[in-house]
Amino acid sequence: MNVAVLAIQGAFVEHENMLRRLGVTCVELRGASDLRKPFDALVLPGGESTVQGKLLRELGMSDDIKQRIADGMPVLATCAGLILLADRVVNDPRTYLRTLPIVVRRNAYGRQLGSFRTLGDVHGIDAHGKGAFPMEFIRAPYVEEVGDDVEVLAKIDTHVVAVRYHNQVATAFHPELTGDTRVHELFLDMIEK
Amino acid sequence: METMWIARQAGGKRCMRMAEVEVERTQYQLNKELAQMLKGGVIMDVTNPEQARIAEAAGACAVMALERIPADIRAAGGVSRMSDPKMIKGIQDAVSIPVMAKCRIGHFVEAQILEAIDIDYIDESEVLSPADDTYHIDKTRFRVPFVCGAKDLGEALRRIAEGASMIRTKGEPGTGDVVQAVRHMRMVNAEIARIASLRDDELFQAAKDLQVPYELVQLVHDERRLPVVNFAAGGIATPADAALMMQLGAEGVFVGSGIFKSGDPAKRADAIVKAVIHYQEPTVIAQLSEDLGEAMVGINEQEIDLLMAERGK
Repeated sequence: MNVAVLAIQGAFVEHENMLRRLGVTCVELRGASDLRKPFDALVLPGGESTVQGKLLRELGMSDDIKQRIADGMPVLATCAGLILLADRVVNDPRTYLRTLPIVVRRNAYGRQLGSFRTLGDVHGIDAHGKGAFPMEFIRAPYVEEVGDDVEVLAKIDTHVVAVRYHNQVATAFHPELTGDTRVHELFLDMIEK
Repeated sequence: METMWIARQAGGKRCMRMAEVEVERTQYQLNKELAQMLKGGVIMDVTNPEQARIAEAAGACAVMALERIPADIRAAGGVSRMSDPKMIKGIQDAVSIPVMAKCRIGHFVEAQILEAIDIDYIDESEVLSPADDTYHIDKTRFRVPFVCGAKDLGEALRRIAEGASMIRTKGEPGTGDVVQAVRHMRMVNAEIARIASLRDDELFQAAKDLQVPYELVQLVHDERRLPVVNFAAGGIATPADAALMMQLGAEGVFVGSGIFKSGDPAKRADAIVKAVIHYQEPTVIAQLSEDLGEAMVGINEQEIDLLMAERGK
């Protein structure tokens, strides 16, 4: 099983390390030519969405990735990745892939002094072990509105911080920065189906 | 790192409750993680909201807000200090990416001010005039993250022991001469390789030689890397310079005077961002290097009297 990780900016190595721990082979996507390599699923990592979004477009990767997601390729998106997938960003005119019918707020918890760590329940990971999931929010977004068929996987206070929509799983927090592999396992299960 | 952090906090402030220790440790972890999110990116010096917007549009992963870019600080001479908070706030309002700002080495009140205006990262920087010629800021007292410069492994680990959550080479800012950034990056890498090759019982002496806590040496030995993200800074002026630093092991780059002292800042900024992604692809870097207009003029290392990298050890 090959999983592609968008490797143009941000914390992509952390995702690769976690996927390798789970026995997966990773393919780094740095440009359009990398899209010709075979892969079964895709990870959009944390980083700066403005940088990643601009580069996706200018490196000629957007349309291909968008099409694959529309065709059902499983995708896991964290933090900036969630913004790349979102249909609309409430406090920013820039949008990117728009495959996920949600409305998000960027930097929803403020600047770095608003970053925090907490424990929360993620729906659907119970099969992989019990207990709350450690969530790292780094200048994180949250989801303000979800469209039809979007399943809410996690909420912190009143805000939605993880969703699933058919083949797309997106979190406002960073499972790749913890030692807990359950969100990645949930994602990999979608490939095997 | 985490055990050391708890042990040191608990030892230094005996009355501190474990819950408070936990909160501080968590904040430090979050601060290191913000640096992880910046990896593979370019942090650009900007002096006004317009430049900040150009930098963001060109793909900067963060901006460094300062009144004068290092080349001008060097040219103007005199004492250089933290920027006007109002000017920094103007830049915070102009962009959505993280905003960093510099304070003088040892000037913990400038750092307190920057924390008070909700800055995303403080650079305790040798580019400004040092406020203290012995002590750096005790960065463990702050919730806001710090990045510090280092010429060698000892300096890097001393700054980390003081609470820095990100390290950069010191380079020689404002010169457009990359030689010192290269020297510092090679030095840190060589020393990490040496530490990694030591026997466990040799690490105690290594800690003494480097004048750093044993636990940090042990971490470097086990992980074969710094315990925080390491960027290149100082003298980076071209896409080739940026790619050179990435090939030498930098996890991202700071570009100071190189962009807004050049002929076409937007184009050069864009090219440097892309060179950092494609640092292993010479054909791409060749294309990116075409038609960039005039690079900053630059000063050779030998032509300058003031070596900023020698500030703060």
